[in-house]
Amino acid sequence: MSANHSSRYPLGETAADDLQAASGRAFRDLSMEAVLSGTITAEDLRIRAETLQAQAEIARQAGYERLAANLLRAAELTRVPNAELLAMYEALRPNRSTCEQLLELAARLEKQYQAPNTAGFIREAAEVYRNRGLLK
Amino acid sequence: MTSSRRFAILSKRDIHNDSFVEPWPEAGLCVADSPYDPRPSLRMEGGRVVEMDGRPRQDFDALDYFIADHSIDLSTAAEAMSTPALQIARMLVDINVPRAPIQRLAGGCTPAKLVEIVRSLSVLEMMVGLGKMRVRRTPANQAHVTNWREHPALLAADAAEAALRGFAEVETTVRVARSAPLTALAVLVGSQTGRGGVLTQCAVEEALGLSLALKGLTSYAETLSVYGTERSFVDGDDTPWSKAFLASAYASRGVKVRFTSGSGSEALMGLAEGCSMLYLEARCLLVTRGAGSQGVQNGSISCIALPESLPGGVRVVLAENLLASMLGSEVASGNDALASHSSIRKTAKLMLQFLPGTDFIFSGYSAIPKRDNLFGGGNFDAEDFDDYAVLQRDMVVDGGLRPVTEEETLAVRRQAARAIQAVYAEMGFPAITDEEVEAATAAHSSDDMPERDPVADLEAASRFLTGEKTVIDVIRALHQRGFQAAAASLLEMGRQRVCGDYLQPAAIFDRNFRVLSAINDPNDYTGPGSGYRLEGRRWQEIQRIPQAKSPRSVIDDCIGEPCKNLVEIGPFKPGSGPEVVVAVGPAFGTDLSRTINGLAHEDVLAAILTGIAKEGLIGRIMKVYSSSDLGRISHIGAQMSGSGIAVGLQSRGTTIIQKRGLAPLNNLELFPQSPSLTLETYEAIGRNAARYALGLPAKPVAVKIDNTARLRLIVKTALLHRRETEAVRSQPPVELFFNWEPDV
Repeated sequence: MSANHSSRYPLGETAADDLQAASGRAFRDLSMEAVLSGTITAEDLRIRAETLQAQAEIARQAGYERLAANLLRAAELTRVPNAELLAMYEALRPNRSTCEQLLELAARLEKQYQAPNTAGFIREAAEVYRNRGLLK
Repeated sequence: MTSSRRFAILSKRDIHNDSFVEPWPEAGLCVADSPYDPRPSLRMEGGRVVEMDGRPRQDFDALDYFIADHSIDLSTAAEAMSTPALQIARMLVDINVPRAPIQRLAGGCTPAKLVEIVRSLSVLEMMVGLGKMRVRRTPANQAHVTNWREHPALLAADAAEAALRGFAEVETTVRVARSAPLTALAVLVGSQTGRGGVLTQCAVEEALGLSLALKGLTSYAETLSVYGTERSFVDGDDTPWSKAFLASAYASRGVKVRFTSGSGSEALMGLAEGCSMLYLEARCLLVTRGAGSQGVQNGSISCIALPESLPGGVRVVLAENLLASMLGSEVASGNDALASHSSIRKTAKLMLQFLPGTDFIFSGYSAIPKRDNLFGGGNFDAEDFDDYAVLQRDMVVDGGLRPVTEEETLAVRRQAARAIQAVYAEMGFPAITDEEVEAATAAHSSDDMPERDPVADLEAASRFLTGEKTVIDVIRALHQRGFQAAAASLLEMGRQRVCGDYLQPAAIFDRNFRVLSAINDPNDYTGPGSGYRLEGRRWQEIQRIPQAKSPRSVIDDCIGEPCKNLVEIGPFKPGSGPEVVVAVGPAFGTDLSRTINGLAHEDVLAAILTGIAKEGLIGRIMKVYSSSDLGRISHIGAQMSGSGIAVGLQSRGTTIIQKRGLAPLNNLELFPQSPSLTLETYEAIGRNAARYALGLPAKPVAVKIDNTARLRLIVKTALLHRRETEAVRSQPPVELFFNWEPDV
């Protein structure tokens, strides 16, 4: 990535040759021919962690630091399967989890999905939930 | 007791169906200045907030923790909190201060400080501020597309029309939650048929919404609702952390996210804790910022009638849009739910967002009749499209829409309905018949649609949601059935999801499928001549409303063959004895042959002469060449009339009875409303003129007052007068022979 990320925006134009989908498939390969021949799967239309990190850097350099932090958490969550992602959200809703369950979730995010930012975010939630009576 | 007729009529006006109450802070019925609102304060120790807005950290609720630890920019907080609120307010309206330094300072403010800044601004100043702070330079608009029948062909057709009309986003929702997958699909296929690149969403429960996005059926999510007190937030079944996680979850699948908040929601839930709506909204906006949402839908939204029941409510709704933009959030600025029964009031309110422009002026505009709007929205709906197009044209404002023709609209609606028909057939969903396609093409609302089997549709929707098929199967179906353009647009939406460019603040796609966002289209307004300007091709497009005519053809129906029975016989000689001179304008019977309301000049002349004859006099006809001005024409006529009485008659039909000796702008009787004049009136005018000539009393001719005549016909009036003036030449008046005998 170049020093000035804003100049790389939009990535779909400037970085089309480098971009890949979550599946590893090249962005350039996502063509109608591939759809018709049945070689594209839903995974091929999913964004990849590295792309979200690049978008986060673009946001950060433009002064949108919190959006950048969100996109970095999102990059981590690309590794979490759909069903588990929905379950994690459910666990974070008020009065759904015990403190231990939230801490376990954080540990799983960190170890299984290499998601330290999101894990830290959930540990912080566990502490606030305990202070404010939002645990199960 | 006497009762006033006027008050009785006023009490029946639409405005009297709106609710108005006095403020009651304890109940949260207070827009901006609750005595219970905290004073701004911020204390930091060891790089951590230990007190915010008067509350020590140990007393923080969940929102306080989140705002203190995620939202407030501690690197600018000291500077922001020590800068007088009035000074920051003045920066908002100072054209020499661009957006960035204000956004930087706002980021370091507590909720109470933000409220203090905007509280000092008038509505006009807030509008200036909003025009500058809006994140994206180019304003845009969002549509609601739903229908109570949940008819897929109608959804697709309406989404396509919305896209054609220029909406950058289309939001749908459902009556029955289970129908969401197919509703989202119909809106996706329809919108991409109308214009590739329109973003779509389906507002449903959070987990279901995420499922739709994961399947590739939606490209953004908007209804991530946040609230300003902890209890209302929890009642909404979320915390700031769960909402922030949800935002990240959407982004992890390449889906754009916008939070939702708005004044009045906490009071409506009975959980405002005595705080003003604006203060609670400031807390919502800081939670939104802390979660890293690229934007927010705010402006009271579904609660709009509550702030509007209170003094200053409409101003506060604008203030919350402004606050969101100051915090760097994309703003989709409400105007969706019904805000008033009164057209005057709802339009006046709209101007506060329409004139400055926001990222999405509506969130959204009901692109369907309001009775089909399942959001309960429709403050402006499909029946207001032409009004809206005129407002853009009037004020040279880009409201995000474009005028369309009936022909192109029908074509795109039919194409979309056929496309969803093809998808249903290929995917094995309950068939959409040709009859349904044709009905959807021509339809205005659900009422125009045949019934479907809702049970079969719901079963298909559930199978689709849990089954293996995704948007890729939809793309293939479209392509195989000959809808190549729509298929390509759907695929491109999928590809855009892979590159993530539309996750940046305020991102939309333009007509060429190019992303526009805060990164490559940042608002750079710094006063006149800067920022977004409506000009060039876009301005040309907004001007071309289908009902605008060429002014060159407006008077065609008044131009015909010159009158054969009207012949010039020589210079007009002054008369003696009783007579009436009928003095006509220079284009009369030649360049023009009919009056503004289509009366043939010969018939008008015959009517006047008949009236004169009925009083036993004759009328001589004079054509005045030297002026097109009615006062002047009749003055010349009166000067040369044997009796001193003349009827002045312009070609468009405007008439006057004049008497020699009166000042040119004075007269005996004036008939300025030519469109209301009939042949009977002209005869009565002739009759009165004769009576004046004979020195007999005359009852002034009664003419109907039509206040709309000028409104309807002003262009025609101007152009008829222009034609008359073109016929003016330096030549003395001539006498006309009229080959006609009175039937008296």
